[in-house]
Amino acid sequence: MKQTTPFTIALAGNPNVGKSTIFNALTNMHQKTGNWAGKTVACASGRFCYRGISCLTVDLPGTYSLDPHSQEEAIARDYIASGQADLLLVVCDATCPERGLRLLKQIRDISGGRPQPVILCVNLCDEAQKKGIEVNFAMLSERLGIPVIPCTARSRFGLTRLKEKIYEICLSYESECDIPPAKCSECLLCCPQASACTLCPSCGRIPDFNPADLAKSAVRFHNPDFFKKQEQIDRIVTGPFTGGAVMLALLMGVFWLTITGANYPSSLLWDCLFSLEGRIADALLALGAAGWLVQALVFGVYRVVAWIVSVMLPPMAIFFPLFTLLEDLGYLPRAAFNMDCAFKKCCACGKQCLTMAMGFGCNAAGVVGCRIIDSPRERLIAILTNSLVPCNGRFPTLILLITLFFMGFGAEGGGLAASLATAGILTALILLGVAATLGASRLLSKTVLKGVPSSFTLELPPYRRPQFGKVLVRSVFDRTLFVLLRAVAVAAPAGLLIWILGNCCVGGQSMLLWLSSFLDPIGRLLGMDGMILVGFILGFPANEIVVPIILMGYLQTGVLVEMADPSALMEIFAAHGWTVRTAVCMAVFCLFHWPCSTTCLTIRKETGSWRWTLAAVLLPTLLGGILCFLIQVVF
Amino acid sequence: MKIGQTAEISWLADHKAITKRLLDLGFEPGTRVGCVLTRRGGGISAYWVKGAVIALRREDAELILVNEEGCKKEENGQ
Repeated sequence: MKQTTPFTIALAGNPNVGKSTIFNALTNMHQKTGNWAGKTVACASGRFCYRGISCLTVDLPGTYSLDPHSQEEAIARDYIASGQADLLLVVCDATCPERGLRLLKQIRDISGGRPQPVILCVNLCDEAQKKGIEVNFAMLSERLGIPVIPCTARSRFGLTRLKEKIYEICLSYESECDIPPAKCSECLLCCPQASACTLCPSCGRIPDFNPADLAKSAVRFHNPDFFKKQEQIDRIVTGPFTGGAVMLALLMGVFWLTITGANYPSSLLWDCLFSLEGRIADALLALGAAGWLVQALVFGVYRVVAWIVSVMLPPMAIFFPLFTLLEDLGYLPRAAFNMDCAFKKCCACGKQCLTMAMGFGCNAAGVVGCRIIDSPRERLIAILTNSLVPCNGRFPTLILLITLFFMGFGAEGGGLAASLATAGILTALILLGVAATLGASRLLSKTVLKGVPSSFTLELPPYRRPQFGKVLVRSVFDRTLFVLLRAVAVAAPAGLLIWILGNCCVGGQSMLLWLSSFLDPIGRLLGMDGMILVGFILGFPANEIVVPIILMGYLQTGVLVEMADPSALMEIFAAHGWTVRTAVCMAVFCLFHWPCSTTCLTIRKETGSWRWTLAAVLLPTLLGGILCFLIQVVF
Repeated sequence: MKIGQTAEISWLADHKAITKRLLDLGFEPGTRVGCVLTRRGGGISAYWVKGAVIALRREDAELILVNEEGCKKEENGQ
């Protein structure tokens, strides 16, 4: 059999039923998964081969219905209605199959009872079993006239059956239809709503059915009390006082683990990478490279990259898995539930808390995640305020400042109390960021983006035991390394630029010095100095390189200094007139300044306008400027 | 509704686009719902419906009328 185009399978279904998990299991790819509704906001596609048939699988964002409320649901609807898929894999949750059936009915209705072949895949069977829910699959299959396959994607149960069924349908499709999918596009032209398969009558029709009745007859509840345990946990997690306490404790715990855990590997990496430095330089010289080239490459590019790897990698490698664990557990929607009251007062959407939490990882990801917010007004607010929470690239800078200036001028290994205090200060800074987000949302909704809070629904998923091993491996390999590589990709040319700026002299002074003295008055006004501002400006491509740039500027050696130990760093800073006030101002400015270039581009893409992008740049910058100015005046 | 109470949905006010969304989530007339969580101040509550927990703001929950011990009350009315 010849196969010209791959057999296209689309995964559709309610949010948080495990479409991405099935997708990953089918294609062996590593789409991000998590236990909350709305983490997949764009289509992802991947291929797999089964018995010689190549299949293109498309992972759609979850949707409750084909009547879209938000952008990511519209993406899913458009894809389903366009008939691009040769096979629809409707995924539904075994613990509440009725909602899945409801979507299935809508899919059936839009294509007039003649959709593409459909397989109903009932996922999360293990969870249903635990809760004493029994689904009669044979009966479902008989009543719907389509294959119904139970599976548990996490443990790969039922996947072979699923693939087998896909194979069967693919075969029958090719033999009975006799019309390759490409030719079906004629009928798409006259009726875009119709599926590509209207030309072939042999494809199965789904009989009309009532989702509620069908679910009632096919599902048996054995254990009506299964819900009690989750309810009890929820009471504590979202309780009036305990809710806030749990949230704070978790935040602080994550930071504390990150800071203490990252200390040792950080210095180890630093030593390793710098012992290599001299050897690389020697090796290059031995190969006959010009002296200035070696200087530029080793002391410019290599040092910045080494700094970023050693300072960024350990905190990220700890922070990302911890955060992913919370996500997998299902805590994020509870946090959103707790925070909703505050967001409501600011006329914003409660789901903004979710996008804010994503911003901790990466602001660009947070901005894309804003698609889950239904109302365009609230979405814009969430996008504009997203960069007010510090992303991962800014954490190391903040941690460095805190340990140097607030923890007794770089006292080495100050013990448990010191690390706890560091985590406490960092948490306070984050809370400042959250408060600023709320304040800015309120300001925006009272001025430019007027409106009343719109309705929204928030699903609180059941707690699920995270897959510890998988989370660890995946978050290190996918997220950490991805972010790190991006940072390194930006840092390498930036390191070269810094080296050139620092070593090219115009009128007896290096260009870096010219720049910094030019910016000095503004810097002084904000409680910092010109060099810090230069650092922030040159750090526009990636916030991680701010501190290395500043250090380089101070030392005037034209090369990035080695971070031998914190006290040496401290001496450099103190020699350039840094006080605690400078550190506070810099921390605040680090928290509130322009988003990095990637985030800016993402905002441009998501809002479709440069004006809003400019607003997103100006909003945090102005806020940071004003705050720093106030700090400088008051103290 | 208070925590722990259950009731049967009697009617859905046809008010906004949200009504359709509520129907999609399973808030249909004749369905039993239970209140699971309420936030202090009553801004948002979570309801158990058809095996899932859905949080709704008060404004939206008020669109759902429930039948409780024979008399009609608004969900968050008391």
